[in-house]
Amino acid sequence: MTTPSTVIKAPGEQAPERSGATGRPGKREGRRSEGTTLNVFSHGFLVVWAIMIVLPLLWLALGAFKTDAQIGGSALSWPSNWHFDAFGRAWTKGIGGYFANTLIVLVFSVPLTMLFGSMAAYVLARYPFTGNRLIYYFFVSGAMFPVFLALVPLFFMVKRFDMLNTYQGLVLVYVAYSMPFTVFFMHSFFRTLPTAIHEAAVIDGASDTRIFFQVMLPMAKPGLISVGIFNVLGQWNQYILPAVLMQPQSSADPERYMLTQGLIQLQYQMGYETDLPVLFAGATIAMVPMLVVYLSFQRQIQAGLTSATLK
Amino acid sequence: MSHVAQGRGKYGFIAGFLFAPLALYLTFVIWPYVQTFGYSFTNWTGQSPTFDFVGTDNYAALLKDEVFRGALWHNLLLLVFVPLVTILLALFFAFMVNAGGRGGAGGVQGVGGSRFYKVVYFFPQVLSLAILSVLFGAIYRSDEGGLLNGFLTGLGLIDANHPVEWLNEPNLVLWCLLLVVVWHGVGFYLVLFSAAMQSVPKDVYEAALLDGAGRAQTFFKVTLPLLWDSVQTSAVYLGIAAMDMFVLVSTMTSGQFGGGPDHHSEVMSTVLMRNFLYFGKSGYACAMGVVMLALTMILSVITLRATRRERIEF
Repeated sequence: MTTPSTVIKAPGEQAPERSGATGRPGKREGRRSEGTTLNVFSHGFLVVWAIMIVLPLLWLALGAFKTDAQIGGSALSWPSNWHFDAFGRAWTKGIGGYFANTLIVLVFSVPLTMLFGSMAAYVLARYPFTGNRLIYYFFVSGAMFPVFLALVPLFFMVKRFDMLNTYQGLVLVYVAYSMPFTVFFMHSFFRTLPTAIHEAAVIDGASDTRIFFQVMLPMAKPGLISVGIFNVLGQWNQYILPAVLMQPQSSADPERYMLTQGLIQLQYQMGYETDLPVLFAGATIAMVPMLVVYLSFQRQIQAGLTSATLK
Repeated sequence: MSHVAQGRGKYGFIAGFLFAPLALYLTFVIWPYVQTFGYSFTNWTGQSPTFDFVGTDNYAALLKDEVFRGALWHNLLLLVFVPLVTILLALFFAFMVNAGGRGGAGGVQGVGGSRFYKVVYFFPQVLSLAILSVLFGAIYRSDEGGLLNGFLTGLGLIDANHPVEWLNEPNLVLWCLLLVVVWHGVGFYLVLFSAAMQSVPKDVYEAALLDGAGRAQTFFKVTLPLLWDSVQTSAVYLGIAAMDMFVLVSTMTSGQFGGGPDHHSEVMSTVLMRNFLYFGKSGYACAMGVVMLALTMILSVITLRATRRERIEF
């Protein structure tokens, strides 16, 4: 930890500035001088941690513009050549393909996850029947177990279906492993929807299936968005499942690596070929879409996360 | 579909809606979990379709396996320190962000820019572990090109000719990995604790303030007891994460599926994968899976028991 020097400096430097700058309404000046000093002190910690988050990410992205020698030479050097060619090379080295593979899988796996998860959650949340609780706990308990426990038989199960290194195999596995969280989340969401609307729809003569698709699902949209984002993030970032299931089974097989897996592949490869800017560019390409998704949906993500975990 | 469901009544509809999700879940999640137990009593290699039942031989072999025992020890260390460090940091930051600001007419509020901190601290959470591996692989580089070494040489703390070999230093490697996990996790738990703190009615804090409680007192006497449920949940989540560690160890450290140098960063999941995919000892790997499950269960129960307190209603 290299933080203390920065923090100790902070009170003297920032105290006068702070009282003027933070124009909080109704602030009483100098009410607690001890509080202000402490505030600046702990505010220092907040700033340091924020720097510890942002700086490495920026540094990684900058690395894509450096030369290999520059990266190895000194960490704190500023890129001298500002060329985008490392991004191009990373793309052709496979990142483009891995990106496409991940997109193909997610285009199918996320909607399927949402559909199946909502269907199961809806029935379990709103239709009392024998075994309801049992099936619910069955679904939800999957979140407790380490995925490693299932890995060996899972590999042979997928192999038996002849779906190793196929998109459809990974799609089905992703959907299955996303069930616990999706069912858990949507279950609590469907429970909050008012029964009156359901009854009105029944009186209008709508079938159960129709009520689900035309009344309940549209009403559950906020919940669907939250859990959808989580599934996108979770499946996009998944590493272990593709690492086991998406290996070419023979030399004739095409490489269908996912982005995360491809990135690790690139890390090994660039270690030998000593072209680190390509690796940094690849990581940046993988990083930016997720940061964009996060920044556009951060309200829903943070709200969804807390409603899911604090139940 | 709809009139069919109607014809068969409610149960037809229920069965129709549950069939596909349940079938997928049973096939790819539950059944493999169950099979693991069965395979753990065999000498199955994974290559041949035949295998023998060997009773508890695999488990007996596990007890004697030095590498696995070392891995188990590392998992236990992580199991203590990952939740401890992450939760302490997240609690501190959450308190600052939500109730650290004082002196306003409202009495209790976050420090300035708290919204910004909540957004930024969460960044690592949306990055895949593969990106973390590339990023921290570069940060921990053993020459001056690594961010950490570059920084320390810049400050004159280490000699430029002898930079620290972070990930190849037997005594450092595990702690380097711990830092990555903490860096990754703090934002998530900050947001989690923030939400819990915000659900505490403001007048509880104001009452404490009127009674003349200082910041530390407010935290320990008011905030922490009210947050205990979330802290407990977090400890269990982080414990499960500390039992895994596969991606970081296998990609950042040396050796087949990681674990180097000389097994000093070995964790159970990397030993499992090596035995399964490299040594072709599937039955043995399954036994490790069962041990991991048992430990996860035991530790969840212990965490929930040891931290049990009277629930506070508000």
